[in-house]
Amino acid sequence: MITVKNLTKRYGPHPAVDDVSFRCEPGTVTGFLGPNGAGKSTTMRMLCGLTRPSSGTATVAGRPYRELPNPGREVGVLLDASAQHVGRSGRETLTLAARTMGVDADRVPAVLDRVGLNPVAAKRRVGAYSLGMRQRLGLALALLGEPRVLVLDEPANGLDPEGIFWMRGLLRDFADRGGTVLLSSHLLREVEAVADRLVVIGGGRVVAQGGKDELLAGAGTLVRARDPHALRLTLDRAGLDATANADGGCVVRAESDAVGQAAADAGLVLTELRPAGGGGLEQLFLTLTAGASTKEAVQ
Amino acid sequence: MTTMTTTPPDTVRRAVPGPSLARLIGVELRKLGDTRAGRWLLASIGLIAAAIVALQLRFVDDAGQTFSNFFTASLAPVALLLPVLGILSITAEWSQRTALTTFALVPRRERVIVAKLAAVLLAALASVLVSLAVAAVGTLLAGVTGGAGDWNFDPALAGHAAVFQAINVLIGAGFGLLLLNTPLAIVTSLLLPTVWGILSAMISALHGPARWLDTSVTMEPLLGPDVTAGQWGRLGVSLLVWVVAPLAAGTVRTLRREVH
Repeated sequence: MITVKNLTKRYGPHPAVDDVSFRCEPGTVTGFLGPNGAGKSTTMRMLCGLTRPSSGTATVAGRPYRELPNPGREVGVLLDASAQHVGRSGRETLTLAARTMGVDADRVPAVLDRVGLNPVAAKRRVGAYSLGMRQRLGLALALLGEPRVLVLDEPANGLDPEGIFWMRGLLRDFADRGGTVLLSSHLLREVEAVADRLVVIGGGRVVAQGGKDELLAGAGTLVRARDPHALRLTLDRAGLDATANADGGCVVRAESDAVGQAAADAGLVLTELRPAGGGGLEQLFLTLTAGASTKEAVQ
Repeated sequence: MTTMTTTPPDTVRRAVPGPSLARLIGVELRKLGDTRAGRWLLASIGLIAAAIVALQLRFVDDAGQTFSNFFTASLAPVALLLPVLGILSITAEWSQRTALTTFALVPRRERVIVAKLAAVLLAALASVLVSLAVAAVGTLLAGVTGGAGDWNFDPALAGHAAVFQAINVLIGAGFGLLLLNTPLAIVTSLLLPTVWGILSAMISALHGPARWLDTSVTMEPLLGPDVTAGQWGRLGVSLLVWVVAPLAAGTVRTLRREVH
């Protein structure tokens, strides 16, 4: 279990992480979503005792990370797949970690096999690995100590579609056995397929969190009319909060019943009317983080 | 690949104790030699000691070909490489960014620092054993090729040599901890004492302090069997500046530093 409470990190006057709170329960996969620079990595580093928070607390299994006697056996951490010595072989990288944690050496080949690195690849220097192979090695490192919690920062980066599919299965399986997974991404699609819960962060602040279905349901209704302009006017007049889609439709923060009634009252011809679903969540994600990503682009 | 389950996270497990210091030292010793660069550095320490003995066999007059001479001569070139070993053991964690994994597995960073210092100290002591070994081979060969081959040796010299090499490796580790950057630490640890040596030779007002602070002066007695109390005292003072201060400041910096 992971508990993050009012976590804040300031660099000078600028808050990189601003009063972030969330919980990750055993048996669930929590997707930690936000554009690059939103504060995901800083939050995760604070969680793992690598960055000192300006204020607030983070605990894993009820204790601050730094107070875990042998953290590798409780929490599997993958914060940056590139952060490995390029001169060491994959197997040697795992052997060092296994010795540090007091894990049986037999587990090294087993876990390499689990992440799909064959013995030939395991013997090669990490410098010769592709990013996808480094992600697999990083995941092997995280799984090595048989932890109950996984903290993974952008683990899908560099994986091919087959690799992403494989990783989803692995994380789902881990959570279904009672494990806790916190997984960050800047791509909604990547976590949508595997996460039970979502924590969306933008500009260092949590802008939305909750069950994935709940967030999906709250994402509103997608509506399309023969005359999009009249539709906008009608929705505005009815006091319904609508956001225009890229392809001419509107996502309305209301039930389809209310939207249909407003259209009927105005005598509009609708070509589509349905719950917004995944597209709605994407819309939500874009809206919620728009300010943050614009800020990032300007920086 | 699917036969092994990911993990049984839901089972109740006994608390797993943290790594002992001995285990951490073992890991740090392993890190010194498990990369190509590390292996080359260790090998070159052995090779350079052997090369010096070979040169002496070839060029030094027969009477000078003694065990003590072979041993003493092999110390200086090794002493050039040991600071590099000390520096790399610390800075590689940052340049290769393995600090992320190291400190995630051992969040009490001071334990990692202690283990690293112990590991490089053991390496320095091992280098003295290498020097003794190549000196012994040189003495045997000298006996065969007509050199003196004299085995006379004051054990105190071996002890002084161990202190000498331990200081060298710790100077490197101290600069490594303080600067956390490989090229910067190597250049600084080579350049600063030299600049200090030149300045103290040039400026008469520095002659006095140099006798207490210039490590090239204060460490020299360690290359012989006799070290006076005064020499130990001056050595101690110079070590406060070149070893203790960088180690202390570097430890504070490493403990506080944010790991990316």
